Order: sequence, then C-alpha cells, then structure tokens
Amino acid sequence: MRMSKIVRTGANLLYPFILIFGLYVIMHGHLTPGGGFQGGAVVATGVALVIVAYSFEEVTSMIKKVGMKARESIGLLIFIGAGIGALAVGAPFFSNFLAHSGLLFGQSIPSGPNPGDLNTAGVIPIMNLAVGIEVWGGLAIIVLYMLSSIPKEGS
Amino acid sequence: MFWNLPLVAVVTLILIALAIIVFKKNLIKVFLGIVILESAVNLFLITLGYREGGIAPIYTNAPPATMVLPTPQALTLTSIVIGVATSALLLSFAIIIWKKYGSIDIDRIRRLKE
Amino acid sequence: MKRELSVVIFVVLAAGLCAIPAFLTFGEPAESGMDQYFIGNGQAQAAANNIVTSVVFDYRGFDTLGESVILFAAVIGVGLMFRSMRGEEEHEDE
Repeated sequence: MRMSKIVRTGANLLYPFILIFGLYVIMHGHLTPGGGFQGGAVVATGVALVIVAYSFEEVTSMIKKVGMKARESIGLLIFIGAGIGALAVGAPFFSNFLAHSGLLFGQSIPSGPNPGDLNTAGVIPIMNLAVGIEVWGGLAIIVLYMLSSIPKEGS
Repeated sequence: MFWNLPLVAVVTLILIALAIIVFKKNLIKVFLGIVILESAVNLFLITLGYREGGIAPIYTNAPPATMVLPTPQALTLTSIVIGVATSALLLSFAIIIWKKYGSIDIDRIRRLKE
Repeated sequence: MKRELSVVIFVVLAAGLCAIPAFLTFGEPAESGMDQYFIGNGQAQAAANNIVTSVVFDYRGFDTLGESVILFAAVIGVGLMFRSMRGEEEHEDE
C-alpha cells in the first residue's frame, strides 16, 4: 500500500539530509555530544522513512537484506579489529595506542576548554564509525524482517 | 517537594508502568508498559549524577563551571541499547502469537492445550 | 479474589515507592573520586574533548564490546523466529 504523492515527495527531499546529519553525529563523537549509537539510530530512521513512504514491494529492489546483513557483520568485525590491533603493538587489549602519536588520528590537544580538532582522539573515531555501521545495519534488518512476514494483499 | 521534581517524575512513571502491566489485558499494551518502565529506570540513572549548577562534561568551548558526573551517562547508553534489543524480541513474539492463535487477549492465550 | 489481592499488593508497592523522593536529595551526589579522576585526566590520557565518549570507548571499552554483541544476538533472534514461520509451508514432511 503506497502513500499519497505529498508523503512520497517529502520523503524524497528529506532522505539525503537525514543521512548527512547522521554521518555528522557519528564522525564528531569525540568533540560534541553524540557518538556511534546515537548516529546509527538517526541513519536507521532515515531508512525506515523511505520504507514506510513507498510500499514494501517497490523498496526490496533497492534495499536488499543481504547488504544490511553485510554492513552489520563488517561493523562488528572492525570494532574487534581495533581492539586486537592494540595487542599487535604491545599495549593491553583495547588500549588507545594512537593517542598523542603522530599517526592517523593522533594529534595532541591542550588541556582546558578549547575549540575542537577532528584529527585527535586516537582509536575512538574508528570505533565510532564501526558501531555506527553496525547499528544502522541491525535496526534496518529488524524492520525488513518484520515487514516481510505480512502476507501479500489478496492472498 | 518541588525541589525534587525529577525524582517525583520517576516515581510517577514507575507507578503508571506497573499499573499498566498488572491491570491490562491486551498484549501490546503490556509490552508498552514494559517500555515505559525501562525509560523510567534510565531517567533515574541520569538523575543520580547531577551536580548543582553543572554543565555537560565536554571541553569544546565550555564555559567555566563545574561538570556533572560522566559515569552514569555511560551506563545509561548501554541500558538504552539493551531496551531496544528486548523490545524487538518482544514484538516478534507478539506477531507470531497473533499468527498462531488469532487473538492477542491474554485470557484466551492461556489455554495452550486446546 | 485475585483482583482484590492484586489491588492490595499494588497499593503497598505504591506506598513504598513514594518514600524514595524523601530520602534522596537532587543535586548533591555522593563524593566520588573516580569521576574526578576521569574529568581531570581524561584529556591527557584519551586525547578527546568529550569525557562521556572517552569513558564509553576507552576507559570502559569492554562493556561496549558486550553491548554490541547483545545487539547482534537480538538481530539473530529476530531472524530465526521469522525464518521458521516462513519455512513451515515448504518443509511439511519433517
């Protein structure tokens, strides 16, 4: 059952902005309020909006179940990999081995109130991205499974 | 007791949720009562860590003031995610019970043997 | 009989719960040395401006690993329940 034209046009206009806002909340988790779980929930809300506005049979050609299952598994694997990567350097499990070093996210910050810099905080932005992808895939796959159990019209 | 207003709100929400769980017959309404109870417990966790006149524990462009405690907020994040997992499984149970028995009235579902 | 008993138990629980706002003060938590350590040394050790994120992902990162696995197991549980509902029309001879 598809919605009216106003709802479909509104969902078309809003969907890219919701995705960009969710990615902003995920990536700036170490500077402003937010982080992995909150940003992942925002992105899953955008996917649920598109699924509700169009009927489920039209959406299954674009949003497949296999893609969402792959996103969820890859998110959890990157999270565990970030923990094991600390073991390879010689530090304890899950320690922040990139903080205050010169590598990928490792710039030093002064103490006290300061305007934030995106290049800081070590392993934490990598963990934020991994958890955001996992929550996005997990919540979207729950909605897709529950919708696919409704019998088709007229059967 | 107006200086204690968040704690009074927590007790009111817990009482409403317990009244829904005990006295209602529809299965979806009982599940909504469980969701309200989890929200009330999360609110109680955050209320325990407030310092008078404090700001959020974030150093980006922070005004000079004391900060509230960050540890209860971290515990509440985990609790919210566990509530989402519980709600997803409860609603899946409700869909399957409706498919097998034809009604979601808990007085009729109890007779499992017929 | 059962309705009166449940109403009585509910009234007793309500009277017990109303004692909570009388004993707790709002705005003065118990003195905690651990939270002062997190606020004071969080920027030097974890290099992040957000103390809550550094507590969730750096100081208590093992709890976040357990929480991710719980979310994963819930999705597996939902998938298992709907797979058995859809598959019982196909395998009727088992």
